[in-house]
Amino acid sequence: MEDNLIIKTHNLTKRFPMGKSEFTALKGVDISLGTGEFAGLIGPSGSGKTTFLNIVGSLDTPSEGEVIVLDQSIGNLTAKGAAKLRKEKIGFIFQSYNLLAVHTVYENVEFPLLLLKISANERRKMVMDALEWVGLLDKIKSKPPQLSGGECQRVAIARAMVKKPSLVVADEPTANLDAANSHNILQTMAKLNEDLKTTFLFATHDEKVIGYLKRKIYLKDGKVDKDETV
Amino acid sequence: MKLAIKLAFKNLIGAGLRTWLNVIVLSFSFVIIIAARGILVGWDRQAKNDMTDWEIGGGQYWNVNYDPYDAFTLADAHAPVPENFIPEIENKDMVPVLITQGTLFNQGRMQSILIKGINPDQTLLELPTNKLDTLIEAIPAIIGSNMASTNKLQLGDYVTIRWRDKNGTFDATNICITNIFTTNVPTVDLAQVWIPMENLQSMTLMPGEATILTFRDKEKVREDTENWKLMTYKALVKDIEEMIKTKSVGQAIFYTILLILALLAIFDTQVLSIFRRQKEIGTYVALGYTRGEVVGLFTIEGAMHAILAAIMGALYGIPFLAWFASKGITLGVSSADYGFAIADTMYPAYSGALVIGTTIIVLLATTIVSYWPSRRIAKMNPTEALRGKLQ
Repeated sequence: MEDNLIIKTHNLTKRFPMGKSEFTALKGVDISLGTGEFAGLIGPSGSGKTTFLNIVGSLDTPSEGEVIVLDQSIGNLTAKGAAKLRKEKIGFIFQSYNLLAVHTVYENVEFPLLLLKISANERRKMVMDALEWVGLLDKIKSKPPQLSGGECQRVAIARAMVKKPSLVVADEPTANLDAANSHNILQTMAKLNEDLKTTFLFATHDEKVIGYLKRKIYLKDGKVDKDETV
Repeated sequence: MKLAIKLAFKNLIGAGLRTWLNVIVLSFSFVIIIAARGILVGWDRQAKNDMTDWEIGGGQYWNVNYDPYDAFTLADAHAPVPENFIPEIENKDMVPVLITQGTLFNQGRMQSILIKGINPDQTLLELPTNKLDTLIEAIPAIIGSNMASTNKLQLGDYVTIRWRDKNGTFDATNICITNIFTTNVPTVDLAQVWIPMENLQSMTLMPGEATILTFRDKEKVREDTENWKLMTYKALVKDIEEMIKTKSVGQAIFYTILLILALLAIFDTQVLSIFRRQKEIGTYVALGYTRGEVVGLFTIEGAMHAILAAIMGALYGIPFLAWFASKGITLGVSSADYGFAIADTMYPAYSGALVIGTTIIVLLATTIVSYWPSRRIAKMNPTEALRGKLQ
């Protein structure tokens, strides 16, 4: 595998059972993604974007083909191995933020670091840095229900970025946000990508997101239709 | 583990009213179980203390023919007190009792009784035998309050008793009631008349003989001796322990039902939690938890109900149980109805073992019912869970 490759899929196929038959969400997808890319999977609903992200994020496994993420073969990972990969090297941003409602902003961002057993002092510094990146230092004691949608997504970005992962996967991160908030968080992510050289992989069909992408991979019916680098 | 506990606690508190309702119900179970078991412990303690004080001391020697459940054995259940026991008797560390069958005639009625002879100067048993040490026209006798009320006898009454001596000859005499004592031990009260040992020995032509020898020292190593069978303290309280064990079973059924109701609420909460918190479960997995760890987290969360319940139960339970222990509970039954030592008012007793044991039982039961539904998480597809699409 080439040194700067974060993701490499070969003939990635994913099938889901649907009653007695099967639905094929991904049909032999070959994609490679290098370090520091700001790329997106673009396509309509059902094109296989989220399925691809889930497999790359080691939340799911391929039915066929090979998926190498950060030098690890997703298909061969044990549940513990997959959890370790997610814990240490992958950040997730979801459409509906998926913040822990009973925890404060600070605690939500701190959570991945607790899993990594980072010392309290270092943890505090990392959390404050992450909250500074997303401009939420004044909200550290607030809880998610007290925040706007844009603020919640910024907390989710801080949570994904706090451990400085090699890869961040973002599934429709702007779908629940208005235009101003969407631009705000996209700018934040673009800046983090510039500053930290973290690879971002989006799944989207939002034009606002597409406008920020440096690489656009179009999926159609589970296949790569077009792969453009801006 | 530390993180899981911290997280579980936070989630539990964050769940608000649902948590507190479960905790309140579970804390009731805690307090009621401890209170109910405390009654049995108190009963056990009180019954044994009363029996020790009034009847069995630290143990007894029984004449080999003596069977307390067979009155026909009494005719032969007597023998001279062994010489080697005399020093103990003189030191008042042993008290001989002679028992014979008799009949009491009062107000034109007759009642079968046991006539028991005891030394008036004994101090081993609580029986007020000093009241037998009096000079009156008739033989002085003391009886229990149940015996007095059954036979409508009062202090100072003269009644006739009849008995047979060791040759089988009937004789009769008057006794005078010099004391009516109150005891929780029916086996020294019901249908019994206590008179001075010397009188009874003389009446039955059994000088120097006894049926039972009650001794004080429970710890002293003793053995059976000729004509006398050693009945250890443990053997003598066996019946009461069996009775309490039987009561414990009945009571255990009651508080198991109570506990099940509380656990059902927790089970229900867990099932609901797992259904409602799918996204959260998916998020934990996405952040790096294995599904097994999430199962552990939810199990700890459920089990923590028991810890919170223990704390809440302590808040109101300690004052309540302390008050209960001081005031006791009036059972509305007398020892006469029950047939063995039971006080009119029962004072619960709570030991550390009782509290810790109950806490462990409730904690284990809560953990099991929390784990049971949480196992479902292990089968969850995290990608579906993240979207909250599981049914």
